[in-house]
Amino acid sequence: MSFIKPINHHPRLEKNKLGLTRRDYEGAISTLCAGCGHDSISACIIEACFQLNIEAYKVAKLSGIGCSSKAPAYFLNQSHGFNSVHGRMPSVATGANCANGDLLYLGISGDGDSASIGIGQFIHAIRRQINMVYFVENNGTYGLTKGQFSATNDLESKNKYGEDNLFKPIDLASMAIQLGASYVARSFSGDRDQLIPLIKGAIQHKGFALLDIISPCVTFNNHDSSTKSYDYIRNHNEAVGKTDFVPLGEEITTSYKSGSSVEVNLHDGSKIALEKVNSKFDPTNPGNSLNYIREKSEEGKLLTGLLYFDESSEDLHETLNLTKTPLNQLKQDELCPGEKVLEKINESLS
Amino acid sequence: MDKKYLFKRNSIWWVKVAVPSKFREQFGFDLRQSTGEKDLDKALLVRDGIVSDLKSKFLGSNIEDKSTKDFLKKTDITDPQYFHKVVDCQYACPAHTNVPEYIRLIAQKKYTDAYMLNWESNVFPGILGRTCDRPCEPACRRTRTHDKPVAICRLKRVTYDNKGDIEDLIPETPKVKNGMRIAMIGAGPASLTVARDLLPLGYDCTIFEKDSKPGGLMRTNIPSFRLPESVLDEEVYRIIKMGADLKTNSYIEDLEPLINDFDAVFVGSGAPKGKDLNLPGRKEAKDNIHIGIDWLTSIAFEHTKEIGKKVLVIGGGNTAMDCCRSAIRLGAKDVKVTVRSPFNRMKASDWEIEEAMEEGIPILDNTSPKEFLLDEKGKLCGMKFDKMVMKDIDGSSKLVPSGEEVIYECDDVLLAIGQDNAFPWIRKDIGIEFGEWDMPVVDKTTMQSSHPKVFFGGDAAWGPENIIWAVSHGHQAAISIDNFCSNVDLNNRPDPITNLVSQKMGIHEWSYDNDISQAKRFEVPHADLSKALDDLKMEVELGFDEKLALEEAQRCLNCDMQTVFEEDLCIECDACVDICPTDCINFIDNDTEQEIRGKLRVPALNLDQSLYVSGELKTKRRMVKDEDMCVHCGLCAERCPTGAWDMKKHKYIEGHTLNNKIKVKEVA
Repeated sequence: MSFIKPINHHPRLEKNKLGLTRRDYEGAISTLCAGCGHDSISACIIEACFQLNIEAYKVAKLSGIGCSSKAPAYFLNQSHGFNSVHGRMPSVATGANCANGDLLYLGISGDGDSASIGIGQFIHAIRRQINMVYFVENNGTYGLTKGQFSATNDLESKNKYGEDNLFKPIDLASMAIQLGASYVARSFSGDRDQLIPLIKGAIQHKGFALLDIISPCVTFNNHDSSTKSYDYIRNHNEAVGKTDFVPLGEEITTSYKSGSSVEVNLHDGSKIALEKVNSKFDPTNPGNSLNYIREKSEEGKLLTGLLYFDESSEDLHETLNLTKTPLNQLKQDELCPGEKVLEKINESLS
Repeated sequence: MDKKYLFKRNSIWWVKVAVPSKFREQFGFDLRQSTGEKDLDKALLVRDGIVSDLKSKFLGSNIEDKSTKDFLKKTDITDPQYFHKVVDCQYACPAHTNVPEYIRLIAQKKYTDAYMLNWESNVFPGILGRTCDRPCEPACRRTRTHDKPVAICRLKRVTYDNKGDIEDLIPETPKVKNGMRIAMIGAGPASLTVARDLLPLGYDCTIFEKDSKPGGLMRTNIPSFRLPESVLDEEVYRIIKMGADLKTNSYIEDLEPLINDFDAVFVGSGAPKGKDLNLPGRKEAKDNIHIGIDWLTSIAFEHTKEIGKKVLVIGGGNTAMDCCRSAIRLGAKDVKVTVRSPFNRMKASDWEIEEAMEEGIPILDNTSPKEFLLDEKGKLCGMKFDKMVMKDIDGSSKLVPSGEEVIYECDDVLLAIGQDNAFPWIRKDIGIEFGEWDMPVVDKTTMQSSHPKVFFGGDAAWGPENIIWAVSHGHQAAISIDNFCSNVDLNNRPDPITNLVSQKMGIHEWSYDNDISQAKRFEVPHADLSKALDDLKMEVELGFDEKLALEEAQRCLNCDMQTVFEEDLCIECDACVDICPTDCINFIDNDTEQEIRGKLRVPALNLDQSLYVSGELKTKRRMVKDEDMCVHCGLCAERCPTGAWDMKKHKYIEGHTLNNKIKVKEVA
């Protein structure tokens, strides 16, 4: 078994504006099962960070417990990381975010970590609009404990041993829209052309971005009667349209049919261009999005793509009027402004 | 009435469908078909069917803007040459030595097996491990993925230096001969290879050698400080001992009697005539002007033991390098090499130039000889040269005199400006056709001349090459002679022996060491220069010791461990794409080769390297792997959940007469 990926890379490998190659954004060699969808997602995160010229030391990777929560070890090995208690990643993200708003927070979670043990935390992270990208690597199964149903497994899906799932699934994307998440997308680990622009958009978005990514579990949930297998998702995937990420200062070059395209402005000036398949779909209207997801679900289709977007959202830092300077960079006189200031405060209270 | 698509010709109704502009190049402006009906109503009944048939010709196909006929086809890996080409070193070797296999054997310290694997294909591992021109090394994959190639040639020497007793492994020569008598002219590498390949089959081989010892150019032209006599003798006499009848001091005056006396004749007499330089003063100074290869020969046979203090060597090939280094060892104090061309166009191998320069010999390029100068006593005292310069003349750059002249003093001049073939002993009327430059006409595949019983090989066939080519010619000539004597068509060549075997030893375990060494090429230790320069016979290169050899062996990328892809098993999870350290693997919609090469994760710009293309996958895409930068680490196969990738060892043995008959131990 190989524990180290050879360090040599293709001599003509593309470099980004920082002079780094895609390989410079990698992590340790994965110990997940061969063919795990989570590894594809890691590769897409690597690609997105490479393309956005992100400096790894300005990223914090946060996770809980589960197969998905191991994944941060497999990308951006020069970034900060925190592997927290099961389902408690949102709390750590909230604290870290309050202390230092300068970092890019990538929360990596799974369906067990977010839809079961951590669902309370998940809900409040959304409600508080933590500025982070929240990845749910959703495989509908508890892979780490040998393949029990998770809370996102579909009603008609069977487990590997042929038993029926008796409960309806939680749809994390719909839930996030209801709770006011300002960027909600769903994708499939096997469709990197769709996933990479969505990750790039989520990174550039200010506010809570949820990426619910169907990520087949090759070991326990990739059989014929599973609804989260590679084959099933490929056959039932319906994208809301083609998504392009357009960096700041670049023109949208693709020409879309009139009326079918939506442009979404991100706070740093970059854009997401969406060519819709259905002209009635409006990703900026939460009611419309929820209906459309439900409609497709009833048809037996999995709706993917950028499902909902709110340009005008404000994040936790703005709501609480927190300092923009990271706490670890505040000087003594800023942290402890002295007697005069204290007197002023006391006076204002009298 | 709706008569859409219909028109009438000679009272029969026809259907006409217009072709969209993007398909017109292939289909023309419209497609037409007769309904066969005169009655409009009946024609209407069949119209729609015909229309959709016609439309399906262009709409049903996958073509959008171009014809699919130029799209990439699934790679045929059952063609032995496909994977052979991936093993760059083996493919580049004229004798197709299985390099990765013998390097792995070295890594396992199985030196004898490694030696025999070499001996099977290149016959002279000890000699070649010191003197080969190494076409394998510039081809080595490591030159593309890392920096310098694996020291393949010096590892070959390691197999010789560390081997055990091999006498029992040499194929036996049958006591009862098959009755066929073959003559070989010249006991050089070509003839010796023919003898080795034919003796175990029962042929009676007689070798005629003009010198007193066998070896040909290997003995006469390669100085013993590069190739010790003991190594040469061991490998040359091994073949003689197999049962060849060696006749030394036997210069052939006339070929014709041999043709009559023997069943076939192999001419491996080399290119024995050094070129001369007819400049003013040549005749007068003849005592101090020597033809390089003749001079080296007389050193080898110890007829020449000294030379003047100041020596000029004219020429830029390997012979010039051997001459200048020999001159220093014979006591010359001031040796210079002059080359007509610029330094970077010199013919000598880089390492031979380096070694000469390390011994303090200056190489003066752009220096073209003009005149031999004589002192008042009529003895050679120097040479006059034109300095040359590159100039653009009529659009092509040419080397022309710059107008500057230089004079270098010297006591002796060694001419190493090339060799010619010479066949004064082949009369023109015996049925052997000579073509351009008085060279025999020889078939490139069969090595047969225009006389069916006479075969050529080595330098005698197409002019000066090197030992490994002579060996390759020898193998081919032996096949032809065997076929000729058995009344088999000469073009009926034996197929290579190949097989492709999975190296999987467990879920993530491989039979080979797939950890890629990132080490730089290890330098071969050299003897102390001050001692080496005084002794003509002291070997300069010491060869790798065991520790260095084992580390150098780890640098091999095991290019024969092939990545084999089965599209039926693939679930398109992209795990292989993500793990591949050199971004070779792609899943992509099919297109023309040119388009695909441009669209890969890293565009495949090296057109010498193949693309490995799968059949169509479930998503209609294809797996396309650029073989150029693959490091054969096996991670694609390790990360594949379904075993769609596997690492399989591709064994390739070039067909020759000894296949299946040789007793080399089979190595798993």
